Amino acid sequence: MIELLNIEKTYYSKAGDIHALKTTNLHIKEGEIFGIIGLSGAGKSTLVRCINMLEKPTAGRVIVDGADLTAMNDTQLRKARQSIGMIFQHFNLLASRTVYDNIAFPLEIQGLSKDEIDKRVRPLLELVQLETRADYYPSQLSGGQKQRVGIARALASNPKVLLCDEATSALDPQTTKSILDLLKDINRKMNLTIVMITHQMEVVKAVCDRVAVIENGIIIEEGPMIDVFTNPQHPTTKEFTKSATNDNFAAMLKNMHLSEQYSNGSKLITRISFLGNSAGEPIVSGMVKKFDVDVSILYGNIDHLKDVPFGTLVIEISGSKEGIENALAYLHGQDLKTEVIGYES
Amino acid sequence: MSPDMIDLLIKSFFETCYMVIVSTVMATVIGIPLGVILTVTRKDHILPNSAVNSILGAIVNATRSTPFIILMVAIIPLTRIIVGSSIGTTAAIVPLTISAAPFIARIIESSLLEINPGVIEAAQAMGASPMQIITKVLLPEALHSIVLGVTLAIISLIGYSAMAGALGGGGLGDLAIRYGYQRFQLDVMITTVIILIIMVQAMQSLGNWMSKKLNKNKL
Repeated sequence: MIELLNIEKTYYSKAGDIHALKTTNLHIKEGEIFGIIGLSGAGKSTLVRCINMLEKPTAGRVIVDGADLTAMNDTQLRKARQSIGMIFQHFNLLASRTVYDNIAFPLEIQGLSKDEIDKRVRPLLELVQLETRADYYPSQLSGGQKQRVGIARALASNPKVLLCDEATSALDPQTTKSILDLLKDINRKMNLTIVMITHQMEVVKAVCDRVAVIENGIIIEEGPMIDVFTNPQHPTTKEFTKSATNDNFAAMLKNMHLSEQYSNGSKLITRISFLGNSAGEPIVSGMVKKFDVDVSILYGNIDHLKDVPFGTLVIEISGSKEGIENALAYLHGQDLKTEVIGYES
Repeated sequence: MSPDMIDLLIKSFFETCYMVIVSTVMATVIGIPLGVILTVTRKDHILPNSAVNSILGAIVNATRSTPFIILMVAIIPLTRIIVGSSIGTTAAIVPLTISAAPFIARIIESSLLEINPGVIEAAQAMGASPMQIITKVLLPEALHSIVLGVTLAIISLIGYSAMAGALGGGGLGDLAIRYGYQRFQLDVMITTVIILIIMVQAMQSLGNWMSKKLNKNKL
């Protein structure tokens, strides 16, 4: 649906050129929710604006729904933008227009008649649950309601793609959740391709199918969200995933004397994580029975990656050297990710 | 005050109204497109064009820095071409318009610049053309602030119209000078000044009220 081919963006200035984006390639499939995560200044805003050419890339090609936007003239580009919706961190609603007229705005631009506009706007008001607020002005709405208007406005022209520029960053956690649920719902119902840029890993975790991590204008990691989340490669990605899991056992580990080697009487500390419904309990109890080891649970957590449960368990295995080795081999043989943290003496 | 004097006051009042209303309308008609061009041709705005922007800016500044009384005399030939005479109430409208239009242009410019750039970006993202952005985003969003600015222009036009009166334009200013000042008729002087004060007060209140009605930012 969206293809960015060797995109570059450089801002030229007397004080020195700024390379906001260095040769970037991205392929976003139809109907998926694609997350682009990065810290402020990483280039994610520039990247998302290249998709609808609000920022014209200095090099490379932008192809959306088979059409090369970089080869278009202004008139063609304006037409193409009508099928790319966009929502913003600060909503960017027209203060002088009511909720209804804000949603009608893109349709007015396209020159639709009042009747046609009404036919589009009414169901959208219903979709975003603002039927009773049609005649309100943006200043009379809460942040979440404003973003709902933004979403309805972006959907008014039946776009194929929805770009979200930090759409939840100005909202409280509860409102963020309701907006994300709405976006997920729209994605499913309309098979709309959604591109979200954010600095919040929670957002990516809650809705994205695939994710790209961007730093200093370069995509440093990309892949299915669950893979990136459960098995991050780049240090920055690890930092992001850590921020979204309550890894408070890290502090606990600090107080332990850990070594990498087994010494007499030491206990093995290991972290096992599992995806989906392969529950950890029978595996642990099976291990205890088979190898004559004792297991105590130091930490446990179940998280949800989009809709897939993701569990983490930190356990301490004590017993004979052989028993511990066998237990570890057994764990490695299971459909889990097992990571040795160390041996505590 | 004699009944003749009262008749003269009423006549002068309507002359002032005529001068102010017509020149405000004309100056606004010229000032709005000027102000819009000054705004959109700025760099980082929707139609950047530094040549147009700086030339227009220079003309506006030059007109605004010329004292009204000098401007009025300097453009007498132009006034004669447009209205066929250089004296009289109608003739005064030409210099009033020319001095107020660049003032209004700057007011429009500063009102338009107050608009959150994000809103313009959103309109661009929807595929709005520059003309649609001007008519559907910039002007409606800035309307409440434009109204306040035009109110300011009207009030300074009331002041200028009194000055124009001194050069044969008629109106309350003319009356105050000829009867009040030159013939020492203090009552005429005071009455005209009071009428002018009331006019200014009324205009300002009306402007504030309209702007408040139009401003949907604080509800």
